[in-house]
Amino acid sequence: MKDTMVSAATVIEASDLSLTFDTNDGPVHALKDVSLSIAKGEFVSFIGPSGCGKTTFLRCIAALETPTAGTLTVNGMSADAARRARAYGYVFQAAGLYPWRTIAGNVRLPLEIMGFSKSEQAERVEKVLALVDLEGFGKKFPWQLSGGMQQRASIARALAFDADILLMDEPFGALDEIVRDHLNEELLKLWARTEKTIGFVTHSIPEAVYLSTKIVVMSPRPGRITDVIESTLPKERPLDIRDSAEFIAIAHRVREGLRAGHGDEV
Amino acid sequence: MRSVLPILTVLGAIVVLWYGATVWLNAQWTYDQAARAGVEVSLPEVVTDTLSQERPVLPAPHQVAGGLWDGLLGQKVTSKRSLVYHGWVTLSATLLGFAIGTGAGILLAVGIVHNRAMDMSVMPWAIASQTIPILAIAPMVIVVLASLGITGLLPKAMISAYLSFFPVVVGMVKGLRSPDHMQLDQMRTYNATRGQMFWKLRLPASMPYLFASLKVSVAASLVGAIVGELPAGASSGLGARLLSGSYYGQTIQIWSALFTAAILAALLVMIIGVLERRTLKRMGMVR
Repeated sequence: MKDTMVSAATVIEASDLSLTFDTNDGPVHALKDVSLSIAKGEFVSFIGPSGCGKTTFLRCIAALETPTAGTLTVNGMSADAARRARAYGYVFQAAGLYPWRTIAGNVRLPLEIMGFSKSEQAERVEKVLALVDLEGFGKKFPWQLSGGMQQRASIARALAFDADILLMDEPFGALDEIVRDHLNEELLKLWARTEKTIGFVTHSIPEAVYLSTKIVVMSPRPGRITDVIESTLPKERPLDIRDSAEFIAIAHRVREGLRAGHGDEV
Repeated sequence: MRSVLPILTVLGAIVVLWYGATVWLNAQWTYDQAARAGVEVSLPEVVTDTLSQERPVLPAPHQVAGGLWDGLLGQKVTSKRSLVYHGWVTLSATLLGFAIGTGAGILLAVGIVHNRAMDMSVMPWAIASQTIPILAIAPMVIVVLASLGITGLLPKAMISAYLSFFPVVVGMVKGLRSPDHMQLDQMRTYNATRGQMFWKLRLPASMPYLFASLKVSVAASLVGAIVGELPAGASSGLGARLLSGSYYGQTIQIWSALFTAAILAALLVMIIGVLERRTLKRMGMVR
């Protein structure tokens, strides 16, 4: 009985997930016995140093990597079936917009591939461009936009086909701090409006704490989860919440988790 | 406009050097003629004579210009002495060969990118094909096709295509493979088919590479068409013009044909350049 209750709200469920890459220098344990469940509507951040497997875990959810052991379900099916059912939108570290397509053309790309009708394409493009504050920029080419705007366009592209899950791999990693703060704020608003389940990989402790309802702290060699922190911050988060004692306490716990995972290297 | 002066300077230097070489190379003939006639020639007489010989070792620039002028504009375009006529014969073979070569090159590149067996097998052969001197292949192509009853334009176009497909294969393979891992992964997240990946990502991404290749390949096509005219003993075409010029020691005719070929090649490359700019501009890839 309890099991069905959990699975009804659970969108992503990983248990004892491992992924070993065979390299010339011997096997590399990118992930080792990772278990985690993500409920619908959660904003989950993955944080940890390079090589901790946070991106690999996200790529496993997206079925861009295949785990070597353990089970992983997305929307109650295998990750690959979920990918084929177009269960998620994926935002990469670089915007990766096609230079030969306009902003609207780029956002339209997944819709064309998925076979939406012309009128629905136009409708959805307009809607998601408004969602990321890029109305009126549809006819511009990517090089005419700033880095932050390009990344917003790439988020619009991932949202265009309205998948319930949004996976983001350090989407703001290449942007400066001011733009980043702004986009973080925008992302929270967008999350509140769309009620999507978001998986978010980051290097930044303040970013993780500010955005997430759940923070997954990971450590390298082998990549594993060292701490899962349920955020106590309210859903409504102005930027200055980052100066509150509660925020600082959570950030401290994340830092402790990172340090523990690192052993005596730090 | 600022580049006009340097260009003219270099051009002027070339013309001066050319005149110098003309006098130097043709003087022997003048002295021989004078010795045979038993007369003395002064230096000004030697210079005047070397610049106006009928069959000079090296024709003077004004002689070549005269030959070009006469060949391009002084004849009816249907005349066998018109360079426009011969140029068109060669150009038609060039264009057909370029079309065949480009088509074959693109198809091979698509195959190489999408099929592992082709990837492993085709490229070494394509490279090997280009290491064989075209002059060795051309007569065989002409003879074999002639024995099958195929003569005229097509054999020349085949030789032209043989030279022009290679740059297209190399450029297109590179271009079709230019999308990075992230872009390919992104297509996977949309569950795109290989066909969609090709039409929406690989092909548009390869366009700049394609045009760079086409510029090399169109010039190679022209060389191929000219070479294809040599072994056939063709009576028309710039290659035939070169050949008959060398048979009869008509150096002015050879040089006029050479310059016609050079002008033709420059025009073809320029046309590709214009197409490139227009296409890439329409694709938004040029700022």
